[in-house]
Amino acid sequence: MTRWGMVIDLDKCVACQSCTAACRMENNTPVAGKNQADMGRTILWNEVLPLANSESPDASEMLIPRPCMHCDDPPCVKVCPVQATYRTDEGVVLINYDRCIGCRFCTVACPFQVRYFNWFEPEWPEALKAHLNPDPEVAPRPRGVVEKCTFCVQRLRKARETAQAEGRPFSATDYVPACVETCTAHARYFGDLDDPNSLVSQLAASPRAFRLQEEMGTKPKVYYLKQG
Amino acid sequence: MTSIPSRESELERIVLAPLRRTSKQFYVVLAGLSLVVLLGAAALANQWRLGLGVTGLNRPVYWGVYITNFVFFIGISHAGTLISAILRVTQAEWRRPITRIAEAITFFALIIGMLQVWIDMGRPERIIFPFIFGRFQSPFLWDFTCVGVYFMSSMLYLYLPLVPDLARLRDRMTDAPRWRHWLYTVMSFGWHGNAEQHRRLEIAIGIMAIVIIPVAVSVHTVVSWIFGMTMQPMWHSTILGPYFVVGAIFSGIAMLFLFMTLLRRAWHLELWIGEKQYNYLGILLLVMSAFWGYFTLAEFLTTGYSTITNETAVFHAKLLGEYAPAFWAMVTANLVIPFAVLMRRQGRKPLGTFIAALSVIIGMWIERFLIVAPSLTRPSLGFMPAVYTPSLTEVAITAGSFALFALLFLLFFKVFPAISVWEVEEGQAVEAVRQKARELAHEGAQPALRS
Repeated sequence: MTRWGMVIDLDKCVACQSCTAACRMENNTPVAGKNQADMGRTILWNEVLPLANSESPDASEMLIPRPCMHCDDPPCVKVCPVQATYRTDEGVVLINYDRCIGCRFCTVACPFQVRYFNWFEPEWPEALKAHLNPDPEVAPRPRGVVEKCTFCVQRLRKARETAQAEGRPFSATDYVPACVETCTAHARYFGDLDDPNSLVSQLAASPRAFRLQEEMGTKPKVYYLKQG
Repeated sequence: MTSIPSRESELERIVLAPLRRTSKQFYVVLAGLSLVVLLGAAALANQWRLGLGVTGLNRPVYWGVYITNFVFFIGISHAGTLISAILRVTQAEWRRPITRIAEAITFFALIIGMLQVWIDMGRPERIIFPFIFGRFQSPFLWDFTCVGVYFMSSMLYLYLPLVPDLARLRDRMTDAPRWRHWLYTVMSFGWHGNAEQHRRLEIAIGIMAIVIIPVAVSVHTVVSWIFGMTMQPMWHSTILGPYFVVGAIFSGIAMLFLFMTLLRRAWHLELWIGEKQYNYLGILLLVMSAFWGYFTLAEFLTTGYSTITNETAVFHAKLLGEYAPAFWAMVTANLVIPFAVLMRRQGRKPLGTFIAALSVIIGMWIERFLIVAPSLTRPSLGFMPAVYTPSLTEVAITAGSFALFALLFLLFFKVFPAISVWEVEEGQAVEAVRQKARELAHEGAQPALRS
């Protein structure tokens, strides 16, 4: 079985945030506006976060791009009272927006802050509205539900459909999420962690590899390669 | 075969008086409370129209005042049932005049508490989903289950001892408006007070009093587990379950004092709710204050002594940081004031206990808030501390909830007697028998044959 995972090389990452921008265009996350953003209500499925680098002697900051970790043992799935959030057979954690009751238990339970709540009806400035992704799978989420990074599952579905239409078996290299495709520094890798020959599984085994808050035991599937 | 005597006793006269006559002050209080409730309802309507964005909530402080209110009111609900059940089981005679008030607090606090979860939901129209698609691994489902069972059983526990009194109202209040007389007739279920009916009622109440104790403990334990089961700093703690239960009983007794004193004054029940109740319940409040202080010390010392960064960040925010004023106000309100007032016997009088109880109510609300909010402002994946300031909507809805709580309580006791008449009468009979026995024992060997 495929187990989708991501590797982000912090040595290559220049923190340009094009991943964040690409993610927004691909997944139709709304524009919060300045007031809401100041309140901490921006919805950014992929966010570049400044984290304190405890190993550095001068207490510098690390800039860490943070998508959903798609944990193998996700604490968000356990606490959802209506089974609206779930983990697919391929290890991707998704949300059923028609089911979510907006209790925000998952947002509180997630140690990585990857889940976002729709405080209001989603909005876009006119200029952006024309450029929304028409894919129904990423149709704007209604007010009052939780949303987050999906590893661009709509791209996975399209890749599968394309492979089928072309009459060839689907390969794990047929699909990457928007952030990986757009990464200016080629710092992101995506693929099947269960395939010992895949680039991601080899990079994840590198001595530089680490995961955020590994001690929580949630088994994240996003690996980072240490910088420096 | 005890039929009701044709003449009303003094107890009946006093207890039924407020059900018959309505004072001007009643309408003033009614109007005031209704106004605040309407204000809250308007704020809620606006929130449902626009979304939860009208609150001060944000990322990562996804939970705030509503969840605080939820925990607080579910805590208050422990007043009644638990206290009245424990006192009933242990045959404490002084409980008789206050059990009904305690049980009513439970019932209405549960309604307000459950309402808070609904108010907090992003999609309130999907309230039925947990019952259809429920995932039993989620502590929320545990809550729905336990609170549901508790609600049902405390409704029954409020209703059962009400039956004989309802029959009395049916027979006494023949001049009441028709709907009320009809209500009394239907709800008294053909009670005539014969020995068999009494026997069955006593058995039912006896069973409920015992069953409801573990149910009540389970309710507040699972409320704490909503927090305890996550890995958030200062939530993920084994003490949380018992800590919540202790806090619940503590705040519950305080609410009982508050309502009992107000009702005693408004309904003129001084003759029945008196020195004994204030003294004993005051001691109980003092004991719970000590318990609460002990649990708080255990929790904070364990966390503060450690060097786990996630935990100590929250610890410092509470003790020294932006939450310090609230934290120390809580310690003052929950420990210093109750001890200062209730340590002395003169303090355990209506005025003293009222002050102490009000202080505990405020202190315990702050306590609930300090459990919910500070942990969320210091997430373990720390980038920067978040700020949470409740919005006017949250303030209005909270005020409305408190007003609705008081309003339901007031209306209930306008229609139903505040004191369980038959139980107090039973108590009087018990006391008379005891008195007689004492007299006989005192007279000793003298064969007294006085009638």
